[in-house]
Formats: sequence, structure tokens, C-alpha cells
Amino acid sequence: MPVISFDAVTKVYPLPAGDVVALAGIDLAIEEGEFVLIMGPSGSGKSTLLNVMGSLDVPTSGEVTIAGKRISRMDDDELTLMRRDHIGFIFQQFNLIPLLSVVENVEYPLILKGRRDVSRERAEEVLAAVGITESHFTHKPGELSGGQQQRVAIARALINDPDFLLCDEPTGNLDSKTGTAIMELLGRMNREEGKTVIMVTHDPRMTEYADRTIRLVDGRLA
Amino acid sequence: MTFFDLARRNVSRHWLRSILAVTGIAIGVVAIATLGIMGNSINLMFNDMVSDVGDTITVSPATRSGTTELTKRQVDDITRAVGANRAIPFATTFDSVTVGETKSGAMIYAIPAKDIPFLLDMEAGAYPKDTGSGCVIGKTLAENNKDTGLKLGARATIGNETLRVVGVLEERGMGFDINPDSAIVVPYSWYSNHYDKDTYDQVIVKVRDVNDLDAVKEAIEQKMNRRENVVTVMDTRGILKEVFAAVDSITVFLMGIGAVSLIVAGVSILNVMLMSVTERIKEIGVLRSIGTRRSEVMRMFIYEALILGLVGAAIGGVLSFGTGYMMTAVFSGNPDYFFNPTSLLYIVFGMAFGIGMSAVSGIYPAWKAAHLNPIQALRHE
Repeated sequence: MPVISFDAVTKVYPLPAGDVVALAGIDLAIEEGEFVLIMGPSGSGKSTLLNVMGSLDVPTSGEVTIAGKRISRMDDDELTLMRRDHIGFIFQQFNLIPLLSVVENVEYPLILKGRRDVSRERAEEVLAAVGITESHFTHKPGELSGGQQQRVAIARALINDPDFLLCDEPTGNLDSKTGTAIMELLGRMNREEGKTVIMVTHDPRMTEYADRTIRLVDGRLA
Repeated sequence: MTFFDLARRNVSRHWLRSILAVTGIAIGVVAIATLGIMGNSINLMFNDMVSDVGDTITVSPATRSGTTELTKRQVDDITRAVGANRAIPFATTFDSVTVGETKSGAMIYAIPAKDIPFLLDMEAGAYPKDTGSGCVIGKTLAENNKDTGLKLGARATIGNETLRVVGVLEERGMGFDINPDSAIVVPYSWYSNHYDKDTYDQVIVKVRDVNDLDAVKEAIEQKMNRRENVVTVMDTRGILKEVFAAVDSITVFLMGIGAVSLIVAGVSILNVMLMSVTERIKEIGVLRSIGTRRSEVMRMFIYEALILGLVGAAIGGVLSFGTGYMMTAVFSGNPDYFFNPTSLLYIVFGMAFGIGMSAVSGIYPAWKAAHLNPIQALRHE
């Protein structure tokens, strides 16, 4: 069974100047363990596709199934729990919570699930797995380099053992060397841990890490 | 790490702003508690000032009756109407009082000698008798005339007749029947002879059982006012009720002023919280995207407002002890009123109002934060 499947999915934004069709009848399926790139020019619908895959938005028509559950008619709480339990988000700007220390940032999604009893231990394990040393655990995100922050963000995305990682240009804010290290890390997670990785990127060099690339043009698969 | 921790950390992240909001709440709590205590102290002061007259009925000539006096016959009728309860008639006049070389004026109460012990208590000396030419003086009058020699044992000339001061009355406080503290009380028999009068100004009825008050009033009304309105019958309980209602209104008014300052403080919390939401839109977007529910975001912001409210209320509560004590001392002259539980309750009330106000002020910003669109919030720079 695919981790994500889209069946004739459209997404239309009604605007005063006229409807904007962001997704125009998308059919796709992403299988477990795949590393998939989503590419396309600006305005092609990449972000909308990512938002729908991330349960941040629901389609106007068609059906999206994530981890075996249809999301079209889910309410806000159900969509939130879907994100919490099945999806690991990795953002271009890391988006760590500045009030929390490194280890608190990582354990936060597990605490949301009510697993405070194991959250600290598990957060430390995941941080070690992404290459963050113990001496950094109590630091605030602002005290770390960009690469380290992105590793922490990956650890946060992994802590709830999601069905897939949803990455929005995760190397976009990093220098090429650090970007490569992050891509190596994601590639390793995919190969060794079997994690499904879906990544939006503009960078054609990323294709070497991916099993396949989905190209979008004007809201349609190219 | 809990939502409460997050809220606490955010409050301390913007410590200056938080201190200002907390100060606003503290001032509001101090205002509401202090003004409430002040009003309550005035109430307590009144309570103490007004002597125990809850069991008293006063009967005076009706305003429309065309006279200001009650005849002996009317007094007898009233005495019969009240049955076993004691009816004490009295007359008043104002006359010159000469002690030695000093001449001044004083209020004079003429009360039948046999009735005086039922109405007034003596501090020193004895009650005057119908047969003698003695009088008693009020406590304040005695204190104010220490230098002129108007004291126990002194000879005082009222009009052209000299009386001996045989006693000094206990301080009675402000009453609704008579106020003898600054007056001279003479036996009615002496008054009647001296002024050649046989009428009375008023009758005070001391009701034995307060529960009979209405029945006694009714009996007097039945007896006296059956055909026309001859007398006005009033019970002091009713008068007191009105006085205390007025004092209560003052307290409510004072607390209203305090409440306004607390509402202003609430608005400042609302402002601080809205700023907090606006500054953290992206952070809220991140929290929502990684699985924080609306209710959880809302809780986090309500906690923030509550922390500000709790700290402000606690500080305000502590300060209220000082300001409340001071205000009580200044306005009532008796700081002990501050320690009365009814006064201290205003501190609790002020604090509760402060915390409640903060929580209410936090609701809208919290709701706003919780209902941000996560996609738009994530894009926010």
C-alpha cells in the first residue's frame, strides 16, 4: 500500500480576480521507502502539493490518502494528529523553537503524544543518530550553526517515527558542503532506516539521491 | 517541558514588557482592594458609631398634622398601644447654660426621670431624680468644657435656674433617636415646671423583642393614625438600612473606580498578548505543523496571560496590605477595621478580579493564535 496516494486531486484558490488552479487533477502514489523529489518552476504548485501531502491543507476535489487514511473530510484536529503521528517536517529555515533547548525541541513532538516518560531518552538517541554531540543538547538553537540546526530539525522530524519525511528545500539555507552533509544524512535515513523521503527542491544535483523525480508544471504532472 | 513551561519562558523572554503588564495588574488589584477596604472601613465605622438602636421605634408628630408637639394624651395613647414595651417621651429645647462666668448654649433633653436609665447609661455620678434639681451632661459636652468647669458636681444655670450636674453620661455615639453626647439631660418634671410646658417632641419606644418591631409599629399606627395621619412612626432598623445602603453604594462606587484601573490593566495584558501572538506567528505555524492542536496553542497563550495575572495579583495583594492598612487608618481613624475579615476579603476579591481579568484578556489573543492558518503562519517573516 502506498504511503501517499493522490487520486484526481485539484486545489483551487478562489480569488476576487478569478480562481487560481494550483493543482489540476494530480494522480500519484509514493511507496514506502522511496526517495522522491518534487521539482518545478515557481508557481507550478510544488508548495501546494507539499501542503496537501503534509495535511496542512485539503484538496478542493479528489482524494488524498495518507498512511491509509483519507484526509479530505478530516477536521482540524484530525489533520493535526495526522501531522503529529505520521509526518516528519523538515523546513528550509529549520524552524526550531527558539525558547527550547536542542533536546527539548526534539522531544517536543513526543511530548505532544503524551510520551513524556521516554521523550528525553529517545530525543538523545535520535540526536546522536543525526550527529549532534551531547555537549550541544542543552544549547539553544541560535547557538548552533545552520547545519547543526538542520540536523536537530531532522531529529525532531524523526522522533515520532513518521511514515515519511516531508522536506521543503532542506539545504536551501546551507552552504554546499553542509548541504551535502545533510543530503547524505537524509540519504542514509532512506537507505538504512527505510524512511520514505519526499523533498521539494530547485537544485537538480539532488536527483542523485532520489529514486524518482516528480515534475510539476502549471499544477499538472509533467 | 510543558505548555506551562513554554508560557513561562515566553513571559521571561520579554521581561520588560511582562513587568509592565504585571505592574498594571498589581496597581489595579491595589486600587480595587484598597478602595474596597476603605469603603468597608467607613461601613464598619458607621456600624460602631451608630448605637444599638435596632430595637427602637420613634413616634413624632406627622408633618401634615400642623403641630410639632405630642400632647400628654397622645403619649398616653402611645404608651397603651405599645403594651409591655417601654415608651419614653421626651422634649427638647435649646437654652443658655452658665457655669461660673462662662455662658454658652446647649441642647437640652427633657426625659421623665424614671425613663432615663432605660435610655442612657451613666459613666459617672447618678441619674437625676424628679424631685431634685439635678441634671446629667453628655460625655462630649463634659470633655469640651473641662476648662469652663462644667463637670460632675458643678452648678449650671439653665435659663435663670441653677441645676447641679449629678452625672456624666457614657458616650452614646450618633443615634437616630437622641444625641445626648453634647447635650444636657434634665428630668421632664423640671422642664415642665421651668418652661411651663406639658407637651413632648417625640416618643421613643424600646421594643423588647426585635421580632415584634413591625407588630408594635402597626399597633401604634392603628391607635394613632386610624382616622387621620397624626404621627409618623419610624423604626431605626429601616433608617439604618437606608444608611448602610448608602454606605454600600459608596463602597461599590469606590470599587468601581478600582475596577476601571484593573480593566485598563486588562487591556494592557490584551495588548501584550496580541503583540506576543504577532511576534510569534511563524513559531505558532511551526508548532501547528508539527502536530500541536489548536486547543494546545490556546492553552499556552492563556497560561501566559494567567502567569502575568497571577504574579500581578500576588504583588498587588501584598501591597494592598500596606495601602489598605494606611487608608483605613487615615479615613476611619481606626486601623483595626483593616483586620476585620470583611475588609481582608477585598484583597482576595481584588486578586481574584485581577487574575480573572488577565485570563479574560488572554482569551482573544489565544483564540487568534490558535486559529491562525498554519500555512500562512509558516510563510510569515
